Amino acid sequence: MRVAGKGLIDRTETVPFVFDGVGYEGFRGDTLASALLANGIRLMGRSFKYHRPRGVLTAGSEEPNALVTVGTGARQDPNVRATMQEIYPGLDARSQNRWPSLSFDLMGVNDLAAPFLGAGFYYKTFMWPKSFWEKVYEPVIRRAAGLGALSGEDNADKCESAYAFCDLLVIGAGPAGLMAALVAARAGADVILADENARMGGRLLAETYEVDGKPGHAWVDEVLTELRSMENVRLMARTTVAGAYDQGTYAALERVLHHTDHRPHGAPLETYWRIVAKRSVLAAGALERPVAFRDNDRPGIMIAGAVRAYLNRWGVSPGRNVTIFGNTNDIHRTARDLLDAGVHVAAVIDSRHDAPLSDDYEVIRGAQVSGSAGRKGLESITVRRASGEQSIQTDCLAMTGGWNPSVHLTCHMNARPAWQRDIEAFVPTPGAVPGMAAAGACNGAFSTAACLREGIAAAEACLTDLDLKALKTTAPLAEDAPYQISPLWAVPGKGRAWLDFQNDVTVKDVKQAATENFRSVEHMKRYTTQGMATDQGKNSNVAALAILADATGRGIPETGTTTFRPPYSPMAIAALGAGAEGAGFKPERFTTSHKATAARKAPVIEAGLWYRPSYIPREGETTWRQSCDREVNMVRQVVGVVDVSTLGKIDIQGADAGAFLDFVYTNMFSTLKVGRARYGLMLREDGFVMDDGTTARLDETHYLMTTTTAGAGDVMKHLEFVHQGLRQDLDVSFTSVTEQWAQFAVAGPKSRELLNGVLDTPIDDESWPFMACGSVSVLGVQGRLFRISFSGEHAYEIAVPARYGASLFDILAERAEALGGGLYGMEALNVLRIEKGFITHAEIHGRTTAYDIGMGRMVSQKKDCIGKTMSQRPGLEEPGRERLVGLKPIGESRELLAGAHLYKEEAEPVRVNNQGYLTSVCYSPTLGTMLGLGFLADGPERYGEVVKMVDHLRGVTTLCEVVNPVFFDPEGGRVRG
Amino acid sequence: MRITCPHCGERDRREFYYRGAAVDLDRPAPDAGEAAWDDFVYLRDNPAGPTRELWLHEGGCGAWVVVTRDTSSHEMLGSQLASEVST
Amino acid sequence: MRFSGLKVLKEGLTGNKGWTPHWRDPEPKAEYDIVIIGGGGHGLSTAYYLAKEHGLTNIAVLEKGYIGGGNVGRNTTIVRANYFLQGNSEFYSHSLKLWEGLEADLNYNVMHSQRGIINLFHSDAQRDAAARRGNMMISQGDDAILLSRDQLRDMLPYLNFGDLRFPLYGGLYHPRGGTARHDAVAWGYARGADQRGVDLIQNCEVTGIDIENGAVRGVQTTRGTIRAKKVAMVAAGRSGQVAAMAGMRLPVESHVLQAFVTEGLKPCIDNVVTFGMGHFYISQSDKGGLVFGGDLDFYASYAARGNLPTVESVMEAGVALMPMIGKARVLRSWGGIMDMSPDGSPIIDKTDIDGLYLNCGWNYGGFKAVPGSGNVFAHLIATDRYHENATGFRLDRFRTGRGIIDEEGKGSQHNLH
Repeated sequence: MRVAGKGLIDRTETVPFVFDGVGYEGFRGDTLASALLANGIRLMGRSFKYHRPRGVLTAGSEEPNALVTVGTGARQDPNVRATMQEIYPGLDARSQNRWPSLSFDLMGVNDLAAPFLGAGFYYKTFMWPKSFWEKVYEPVIRRAAGLGALSGEDNADKCESAYAFCDLLVIGAGPAGLMAALVAARAGADVILADENARMGGRLLAETYEVDGKPGHAWVDEVLTELRSMENVRLMARTTVAGAYDQGTYAALERVLHHTDHRPHGAPLETYWRIVAKRSVLAAGALERPVAFRDNDRPGIMIAGAVRAYLNRWGVSPGRNVTIFGNTNDIHRTARDLLDAGVHVAAVIDSRHDAPLSDDYEVIRGAQVSGSAGRKGLESITVRRASGEQSIQTDCLAMTGGWNPSVHLTCHMNARPAWQRDIEAFVPTPGAVPGMAAAGACNGAFSTAACLREGIAAAEACLTDLDLKALKTTAPLAEDAPYQISPLWAVPGKGRAWLDFQNDVTVKDVKQAATENFRSVEHMKRYTTQGMATDQGKNSNVAALAILADATGRGIPETGTTTFRPPYSPMAIAALGAGAEGAGFKPERFTTSHKATAARKAPVIEAGLWYRPSYIPREGETTWRQSCDREVNMVRQVVGVVDVSTLGKIDIQGADAGAFLDFVYTNMFSTLKVGRARYGLMLREDGFVMDDGTTARLDETHYLMTTTTAGAGDVMKHLEFVHQGLRQDLDVSFTSVTEQWAQFAVAGPKSRELLNGVLDTPIDDESWPFMACGSVSVLGVQGRLFRISFSGEHAYEIAVPARYGASLFDILAERAEALGGGLYGMEALNVLRIEKGFITHAEIHGRTTAYDIGMGRMVSQKKDCIGKTMSQRPGLEEPGRERLVGLKPIGESRELLAGAHLYKEEAEPVRVNNQGYLTSVCYSPTLGTMLGLGFLADGPERYGEVVKMVDHLRGVTTLCEVVNPVFFDPEGGRVRG
Repeated sequence: MRITCPHCGERDRREFYYRGAAVDLDRPAPDAGEAAWDDFVYLRDNPAGPTRELWLHEGGCGAWVVVTRDTSSHEMLGSQLASEVST
Repeated sequence: MRFSGLKVLKEGLTGNKGWTPHWRDPEPKAEYDIVIIGGGGHGLSTAYYLAKEHGLTNIAVLEKGYIGGGNVGRNTTIVRANYFLQGNSEFYSHSLKLWEGLEADLNYNVMHSQRGIINLFHSDAQRDAAARRGNMMISQGDDAILLSRDQLRDMLPYLNFGDLRFPLYGGLYHPRGGTARHDAVAWGYARGADQRGVDLIQNCEVTGIDIENGAVRGVQTTRGTIRAKKVAMVAAGRSGQVAAMAGMRLPVESHVLQAFVTEGLKPCIDNVVTFGMGHFYISQSDKGGLVFGGDLDFYASYAARGNLPTVESVMEAGVALMPMIGKARVLRSWGGIMDMSPDGSPIIDKTDIDGLYLNCGWNYGGFKAVPGSGNVFAHLIATDRYHENATGFRLDRFRTGRGIIDEEGKGSQHNLH
């Protein structure tokens, strides 16, 4: 019911919206909840377990009942709090967890079965027959549970993430927060003031208090006007500070566009903020708690503070004939506000025997509401006093069990809140979050005057820490009324008294948990699910633990609380993961030849973050194998070109560069001649192989190391660690030059012929023998040439500064093709290296040693190196280890599969008989057969033996001969040209 | 989480790579024996409280930093360059 | 008390007045045959199997907080047997078989749900690794199916088959994998152990381990001295501190692993899906919350809470892989303390001290191991011999290099597993 003359809404602007398919009107400034209440709608949702009809309970983000789905399809948002959703023209909201309709929900039958569905019932049943759990019971439970639904479509709403830094973050813009922000801002601090609501002001918008002699909201506007005028202040409305993290980092969510269906181009629906603040003031206010009594969940029964908020902020009375129940002076404020607005107050039931009386309305002292009645909405309540029970007609009950300070953020770093007796509530422990001070209601100060005072004090303390000087500020004049609470958690009696409204947890459930010895508050929570709903117990935790404390004969402080954890209110995955959609998930790295191979329609594969061509198809080729076989043959017979720029390149310089390399490689590099390259093997300190590659000596004090593509980053970190941490004595430094050089392998019998076409000074075997390296001039560009081979052919790698990469690649490709060769891709590169028994990370996968891969002798006995000592542990050198071998199919099946396992020919292929596995396989066009590399127990001692490859997954069994892993050109004559 | 680099000042944890306990700086002699090497490579004090650990300012200056940090509270208690730690 | 549908019905009709404590709260006795330090999943299952399979009941489980308050109460509830290295493979296979009989065994519905696990792969090399894993699973007697991209699309049409940064090549499907209600596992074992006479002693912190002449004699606790013939340390997350009381250093570094749950949603994800490229795994609980997690925060921690960089990387993986879940809201995040071992595999062994046993180093994989770990550890404690399915979890494997079980291939750096 809309009340004339009340509220901060804009009555000049009517806003049409839709709820459950029916059109309604509200005003600009309404939330969905206030607009529905104004339209006389009380039923807004169904509970989680029993599907009981529920109305709106609160006016904030802690709302457990009035959860709706907004929008449809790819923009569908489930579980939106009607209390936070601002209405806009075209808003389409639907109720949830009901079928077929909100008012008639078939799942409501669950409520009839409630005696059998109490705390923990599912742990005790559904065990027979066993197969029924997955097939029958669980699917039924799953369908009944849940609240709203995801659309199943890809989310179409864009979100963003952002960083912000400030001197002082003020969390909450009620009286304490506004005051703190003002004091800090006036002192020149860089201030962010964030508030969850669309409109700043906190309870000052929901109450009728005056501040400084003017209405609270008017004072708020004045303060905001001043703050807005200051360059050192950022005001962030609709922004929930949701988590407190280490070293002054806070997570916040800004709901940028939920209040409109207008989507300016590129604007995000939500922005996830990471705010780093030198200091913070928590001024998050307090949340009022319900009282548990029989059937306290009927639509029309609401938190008293919410009733005042709807009345004073939105100009809506949730009822025409209101009753009020509670245990603090607040309830009388509710009565006065309603009466002032012309709403009838049927009775005020104050549980305190010494409660103040009133001439304006009936006060029933020392009494309690013990029940309610009504179909899908409140019609009457039962009031119990010493003299007996009476029924009172009412369509709205405003209840309060006192206020809980919003201590949540102060607990995010593991601190526990402390129980404060005089307010019967938990308050923050000072210092709970380093750099954070609590002020106002969240700190247990409930009067407006106290909030203002604490806001000033907290800001002044922060300014002192920040070495800023506060200007003298006196708190504005405001009410300072006493609170005077007497504990009221649950009204005794039969029936179900609800604690956790959404999860349908009752007082009885908590008591039963205690009976069953779930006495720890964590046990009770987990057993009953109290506190695990979308409000995370904001409405129920303290009452539940008070009841648990009573049931177990302990006090509330000894019983303690469960842990509040981030986020304070839920945050969309899309916001927290903003930017990662599709290709945005990880950076993409492209070689300088990428466009050229893409133009040739080469499919790409990922190599770490890089894209590399899989093969480069030619006219008429229809399968990858045709292209791959051709490319292999081309390299073996003519010449091929492939981009190898993705390999890590580390420039190493210094007088002790050689000595340093001797320490990180198993083999010697200080003895390497200038102008020569050498294959090197690197171990981790635990003795296993870390990486490999060739390292070239360009000058006395200058080496260039190559690493594997995958290992580049790790090797760089490793080198820096070894130098800075272990060998500061050595004069050496490292620079990653992976992206500075474009490097192409040119391989095949005609490789030199091809190169001599682009080198300004031609080379021959004498000037450039196998493993030679050095500077060259490439078509006038200073480059580098390495005679190294990963194919076993006469081959080179030619490098030029990356800016010349694309053009050199085009020239090499063209000339290679003119010679009868061409480009090759990763598939062919892999075949070529398998034919030669060269290893990649498929073999050096972190579990193999130098001994395992047949390179035991590369661990120099003349010097120490990283990993050497541990590689000599007995277990790493003894018989039985799986070691690298080559495998050739010899039986009926010619198929080899990587990932298949090896067994003795006659053995049953079960785990205990396992002898090894295949790591790399290929079809070798050179040898006309499939080839495999793998690890086999004592493999190198078993050449000639027949073993059985079994792939259970793909149903393939192949007999293989164990051979030397170098299948092709074992003498190595071809590399020498 | 924010970490102080002796070169660059307080920076976001995202700029750093974590390695582990600073015991990694105390590499034994090759012949120090099995127990010493087991200690060095594998065994850890793993305290619930202040500990010294190695972080690389990978997204910054590239320095390896020995950070003293409380593993129970995540409080940062100090940092120095690994290259300047005398072991 | 025996639980059944009938019992629930009877109690429902009579006002639910007949329920009794799940377990007693006994005062600690002066002496036990066996004291188990740690009332988490592994400690409770150890006690249960000692009582059930070895007839040993003069046992106390000492818990410094509340039963099941450690990692068994804060994980992503995944149960699987999909390891590919010997030592692990047979152990997790054994554990899964125990899971499959657990409800009947414990007379407690732990809601073990074999909804299937799918490990995605994104390259030929990853398919090869998945094949090696799947082949080991089958050769161990477990189940595995290699799914093509098309088969994967049929099963999980909501994955990003369009522009995912690392395209989907297929998945390794483990139909017998699934989830369980984590708290119920702790409670079921606690109740089972208690019913067999084991004393579960909560709020009892061990402050010292008494050792004389190389043999254990008992423990000091906040509730007094308790003598014991054998003492078992099963305190994951605090293993180092407990072992230090016996003068031991462990190859363990404690790290924080975060996990997340969303608000309740109608069923939309039926299986467990893991996305290795993003270190992301997700399932949907019976209450409707999406339960998911990612990688470690990558720093040593006992704080049981993490920081935002990891939160973001987990969410980014979710957004990338499953665009539909962007609209789901994270309700709660939490962190657990992981015993990270150098090879990513656990330690279940005797120690050099007579009568002192060690069970630790579960990394982030301890939940699914709860039945198996307790079962084989009970065997070791009772018989002083390794269980046939747990011969590889030796403490000395790092020193000797013999039998290192490194599934990830990351080596000795504790944080990389």
